[in-house]
Amino acid sequence: MIDFGYGLTPSATLRIENVQNPLFEELHRREPDVVKCISCGSCTASCSAGCFTEMSLRRVILSLQRGREKEILPMLQHCMLCGKCQLVCPRGINTRHLILSIGKVYGLADQKEEVRP
Amino acid sequence: MIYQGKQKIWSEYQKEIPDDHWFYVRSCIRQSFFPASEKMFLEILRKRLGKDVYETPHHTTCGGIAYHSEAIPQETVMTIIARQFALMTEAGYENYVCSCITSFGLYTEVMEDWRNFPELEAKIRENLWKATRREFKIPACLAHASDLIYKFRNAIAEQAKFRLVNKATGEPLRVVEHIGCHYAKMFPSKGVGGAEYPYVLAGMVESWGGEVIDYPERRHCCGFGFRQYLVRANRGYSLSNTHKKFESMEPFKPDMIITNCPGCPYFLDRWQYVIAEQTGKTYGGNGYGIPVFTYEEVAGLVLGYDPWDLGLQTHQVAVEPLLDKMGVPYKPEDKYKGLNGKQLQRPELPMNIKCC
Repeated sequence: MIDFGYGLTPSATLRIENVQNPLFEELHRREPDVVKCISCGSCTASCSAGCFTEMSLRRVILSLQRGREKEILPMLQHCMLCGKCQLVCPRGINTRHLILSIGKVYGLADQKEEVRP
Repeated sequence: MIYQGKQKIWSEYQKEIPDDHWFYVRSCIRQSFFPASEKMFLEILRKRLGKDVYETPHHTTCGGIAYHSEAIPQETVMTIIARQFALMTEAGYENYVCSCITSFGLYTEVMEDWRNFPELEAKIRENLWKATRREFKIPACLAHASDLIYKFRNAIAEQAKFRLVNKATGEPLRVVEHIGCHYAKMFPSKGVGGAEYPYVLAGMVESWGGEVIDYPERRHCCGFGFRQYLVRANRGYSLSNTHKKFESMEPFKPDMIITNCPGCPYFLDRWQYVIAEQTGKTYGGNGYGIPVFTYEEVAGLVLGYDPWDLGLQTHQVAVEPLLDKMGVPYKPEDKYKGLNGKQLQRPELPMNIKCC
């Protein structure tokens, strides 16, 4: 091998198709609409909880797709299920139901069950 | 997208290209990298199409490489460009065509700056007058040389001896078109088709019988990037960019790459050798690379010029597999012969990429 004095830098591209993510697959089975999200951030911009906490549904969905649930699940504790995000979602995703399903799949079911009317 | 809406957006990216009477300026580096390309451009326009193209030995670099490397200030570049425009004005032309994409981007940028800041233009006019006693008119039309070949692509197709078609199977060749970043990414309205869907090379490929392939990194930079390459320690960035493009286009099995920039064909061609030496990987079939061409070289091949007169022996990646596919005749023993028929030195062959 020739030493040119420089070399290839490994790509920082994350290949979603190579990520083994059974929990997200289970979420996708329950909530097929989760892959419709285009990460526009309308939900985050309209989020009441987001005014006072780090809650960002856009980040939650992206991180779950990338298998980084530990970083973001605590955020969901702040959701009040007010449903404003559902009103503004351009993809028509039932975000309240999605958040409840995330809680069930990722082990936050108890907390979410309590706030359910 | 709604058809009428698409047509409305598309109408912003149509470019008026005059039919004749052009003042031509060459690139600093293309004659070293791809020695017959500019000659072929002039040959096609003057002899094949009967157009009036004027060039003068008095023109210089546009200063683009020094400008983008932050080696000279912008006002110096503007004065150099003002002198080029003065040469055009003195020759009695008003349509300016340049061979280089970097120059095209820089001329566009400077003309836009002058339009927005007339006091700057006045200052540059004063600089030029003090330095050279010259005056200039701003070109009525600024075009890149590929715009002209695009405009006359169907006229070239009418004279074609070969087409971008696999002679054995009758299938169109699968072509990657790569547009130089400075063609339309800075000023989308100045390029044919804009920045997202530039049509300048795709139009040529379609007219000459090939099939343009789409792939995820189609609009990614070739990797040249000036400062990425000029400092040796940074060249890994340049190489990695090119590697990313090849990894992206590989599954689509391209037969060839066509480009319209001085740097792009050079880096897409040479980096295939470096990638092969570093990783052992090649992207063409059977240990070969993917041949990379300038649009003038492809036009020359289509018109039936001898591949070795087109300078294709100066490419790193062997072009013979593509010539065989197209059915272009060539003599392997003439590959390294000079114009006088004398055998020139043969290059040393690389280890991991086949070069015939």
